[in-house]
Amino acid sequence: MKIHEYQAKQLFAKYGVPIPQGYPAFSVDEAEHVAKRLIDETKSPVVVVKAQIHAGGRGKGGGVKVVKGGASVAETVKAARELAQKIFGMQLVTHQTGPQGQKVRRLYIEQGLPIKKELYLGAVIDRDKRRIAFMASTEGGVEIEKVAAETPEKILTVHVDPVVGLSGYQARELAFGLGLNAFSKQTVAHFAKLMGSLYELFVKEDCSLCEINPLVVLESGEVVALDAKINFDDNADFRHVAWHDLFDRDEEDPVEMEAKEVGLNYVSLDGNVGCLVNGAGLAMATMDIIKHAGEKHGVAPANFLDVGGGANQEQVTKAFKMILRSPKVKAIFVNIFGGIMKCDVIAAGVVAAAKELGLKVPLVVRLEGTNVELGRKILNESGLAIQAATTMADGAQKIVASVTGGAK
Amino acid sequence: MSVLVDKNTRLLVQGITGSAGSFHAKQCMEYGTQVVAGVTPGRGGEKFEGKVPVFDTVKQAVKATGANASVIFVPPPGAADAILEAFDAEIPLVVCITEGVPVMDMIKVRRVLEGLRGKSRLIGPNCPGIITPGQCKIGIMPGHIHKAGNVGVVSRSGTLTYEAVGQLTALGIGQSTCIGIGGDPVSGMDFVDVLTLFNEDKDTHGVIMIGEIGGGAEERAAAYIKANMKKPVACFIAGTTAPPGKRMGHAGAIISGGKGTAAAKIEALTGAGCRVAPTPSDMASTLKSMM
Repeated sequence: MKIHEYQAKQLFAKYGVPIPQGYPAFSVDEAEHVAKRLIDETKSPVVVVKAQIHAGGRGKGGGVKVVKGGASVAETVKAARELAQKIFGMQLVTHQTGPQGQKVRRLYIEQGLPIKKELYLGAVIDRDKRRIAFMASTEGGVEIEKVAAETPEKILTVHVDPVVGLSGYQARELAFGLGLNAFSKQTVAHFAKLMGSLYELFVKEDCSLCEINPLVVLESGEVVALDAKINFDDNADFRHVAWHDLFDRDEEDPVEMEAKEVGLNYVSLDGNVGCLVNGAGLAMATMDIIKHAGEKHGVAPANFLDVGGGANQEQVTKAFKMILRSPKVKAIFVNIFGGIMKCDVIAAGVVAAAKELGLKVPLVVRLEGTNVELGRKILNESGLAIQAATTMADGAQKIVASVTGGAK
Repeated sequence: MSVLVDKNTRLLVQGITGSAGSFHAKQCMEYGTQVVAGVTPGRGGEKFEGKVPVFDTVKQAVKATGANASVIFVPPPGAADAILEAFDAEIPLVVCITEGVPVMDMIKVRRVLEGLRGKSRLIGPNCPGIITPGQCKIGIMPGHIHKAGNVGVVSRSGTLTYEAVGQLTALGIGQSTCIGIGGDPVSGMDFVDVLTLFNEDKDTHGVIMIGEIGGGAEERAAAYIKANMKKPVACFIAGTTAPPGKRMGHAGAIISGGKGTAAAKIEALTGAGCRVAPTPSDMASTLKSMM
């Protein structure tokens, strides 16, 4: 689960990671109001207006603007309002949003600070080492993936032993590696303290990612998190009631949300073949085989859909309805290898949904495993136009033929 | 002709009175697995299905029944605790079926596991389990699709394992042992651990390895195969068509920061002398062509 920058910064503040002062705003009026309040409190004439969407690359996309400070407080506040007006409600397009962009519904108004150096600091789960890894780089403020790919030697990494926790020497290793001793006597200590707070946050809040890009060294030698990105480990939601309030529905794909609510795993894709499969691996493999068979004919999967191991008939019906409703779907491939999931349950769910909504596109079904005979019988007796497939490959070929009208 | 489990395996079921635990314990018993004990804290003294004794703690169960493998169906909040309890009772093989265990819990479990230096092995979590056809089924896979024989199967995905097994059995090729290692980012045995066992097992003559996008486990497996493997390995990698940044069902199946793509894994495995099945329909025939 992802959260907004301002929410991540509220967690930073709670755990003692230094942040600039700032306030969220949910309207242009509120933005003006908090800008005034911010200037009054900080006496800083510089105010930053930041779009709050879950995707990265907001600055490049025009979602972050700085008010340099006018002749008077009133002028600065007016300028901040004008910028807020521009950003609020815009379709912000970044390299992570896709070409359609994401609508800006929340703003964050923040104090501007005198920056001396931009750095990168991130904590992630290192799957190969099975530890939390901290990565730091002097190349802050840019896409860290690019740095990792082009100049990997510029990324410093330490791994944390979960029993011992983050040790002081590990933080110092990164601090000196970043050359922080060049800024002020205290900068190394400031950095080590910040890292300790970030580690505590990461563990206690069940994060899968905590990223500060940029982490800045101020002219005073202090270090401050200018940006904040946090992803939570969804598996841990049972012990974090607070996540409920941090969740922003507007940032999610509505179809994927609908699926999640009934316990289905759905990801929208760009193609034209609806897929209903049990098991994540098989669902991915089904996408692959459709693409393999259909690539030359413009046939590709429209979705990833895993109905899971223990779905009931209602869930299957719901899943099938979601596929049927999509206008881009030109054919549907149901691929089931029944283990715990019984083939007759799938068949009954598919038939119920098709009868309710009407089946206007070709349907290819491949059933195998537990109760397969019973499942096939239900499909045969339904009166629906269903093409039975014997294997995945056979199913994929029938799907391609259906979409292309038999043209090879 | 198997690794890790056979007809002498004495199985303990942690969470035996829960809905998933009781359903699958029964299925395992019907398959012929010796289910010797169950554990549900607070339910000690009961009998499961009128014959399997239920205990409050794993240590009590091991002491009374000599259980030497455990399967865990405990829900996510207590799953890591259940794994640690099994380790502490010195059970050599622990299989955690539970889906949805927090990664922070698994990081701690891994740390403890490393300290055991091989005294216990962990399979999973979020996996279908392990089966030696005709002898012992520990997990949730459909037993009837399997056939005893000489091919080892190891996979990160449950249903895709069934797909491979179904293809093998249809070709008349039996399996020595099939192991689902699970789809989570941090878990127990990985491909290299299982391949090492298959490599040493005289009755395993070839291996099907099924990977998916995300992480670097397949690349590590490729390095092991290139240096050590004496037997043919056919592979399939799911997720060639998955877009970056999207989690494909499994918490571990995600391409992030340009890492963990199917293309990179296929290249590494091909370079190690494996044959990679072009589609998921060709897993068994690809192995057959190598044997």
